[in-house]
Amino acid sequence: MKPVQTMKLEIESRSVNEAFARAAVSAFASQLDPTVEELSDLRTAVSEAVTNCIVHAYRNSVGRIFITASVYPDGMFSVKIRDKGCGIEDVEKAMEPLFTTLGDERAGLGFAVMESFSDRVRVRSVVGKGTAVTLYKRIRGRADG
Amino acid sequence: MPVTFRKQRRKLVAQIRGEVDHHAAEPLRREIDNRIRADKPSVLRLDFRNVTFMDSSGVGLVMGRYRLLRTWGGKLELSGMSRTVERIMQLSGIEKIAAVITEKGSSHETRTNHEAGN
Ligand SMILES: Nc1ncnc2c1ncn2[C@@H]1O[C@H](COP(=O)(O)OP(=O)(O)OP(=O)(O)O)[C@@H](O)[C@H]1O
Ligand SMILES: [Mg+2]
Repeated sequence: MKPVQTMKLEIESRSVNEAFARAAVSAFASQLDPTVEELSDLRTAVSEAVTNCIVHAYRNSVGRIFITASVYPDGMFSVKIRDKGCGIEDVEKAMEPLFTTLGDERAGLGFAVMESFSDRVRVRSVVGKGTAVTLYKRIRGRADG
Repeated sequence: MPVTFRKQRRKLVAQIRGEVDHHAAEPLRREIDNRIRADKPSVLRLDFRNVTFMDSSGVGLVMGRYRLLRTWGGKLELSGMSRTVERIMQLSGIEKIAAVITEKGSSHETRTNHEAGN
């Protein structure tokens, strides 16, 4: 299905941009007249994917994060968060709840949160090339309360 | 101040404010750790009622403080969690390491939610 429209955003992998990225995507999604809860779910899932680019993909450096959000005619919303960082060796394992390669201050829950707060999560990753995470969320909106 | 402290005998209450993401978690961690290293409370309560956003970084924050508290046998309590915050905490099975405190006399809260829900 062809999107009704698309928004692209490119930011540096600095933690101060986490709040900006989720606010920008959520503002773009507002045209679908989402409920407060749908927007909050979307912000949370986007925050996880963007944070992963910052703390994992570009771990000891600053790189660029590419965000593409699309609105579809049937009310589906998608947002792709892509980096050109280190990539993930074993995606299936990385997506297991509580799995983390960064010990101490990380819970290993990012992917679990993305899956629980959106309808579908697609991950494509190539070691040394980067990772693209696409979140899909159907926005039912406020129409039927 | 993203966190303020209040002491109730051997219990220390840390009132967290604003958004708890990876960016905000760093200074929060530093402030809480400085305080609890000095106080060595037997109970630390992390209060989330003024938290407006949280992602998995908040779970990492809770787990990290739990590990530190445990070094002197301190206990952890979580209070004031919104439905979303609780949903994220539950994914981690946090109830196994921390006591979740829910409001008694929640009638006020129910009324407020009803009014806000138009
Ligand atoms: N964009 C990415 N680039 C490289 N590795 C990644 C990326 N996203 C995730 N990973 C890997 O997948 C693992 C799991 O990610 P997940 O978000 O579930 O947990 P976490 O980031 O380690 O912890 P939390 O999200 O709870 O703070 C990470 O520890 C990391 O090894
Ligand atoms: Mg993560």
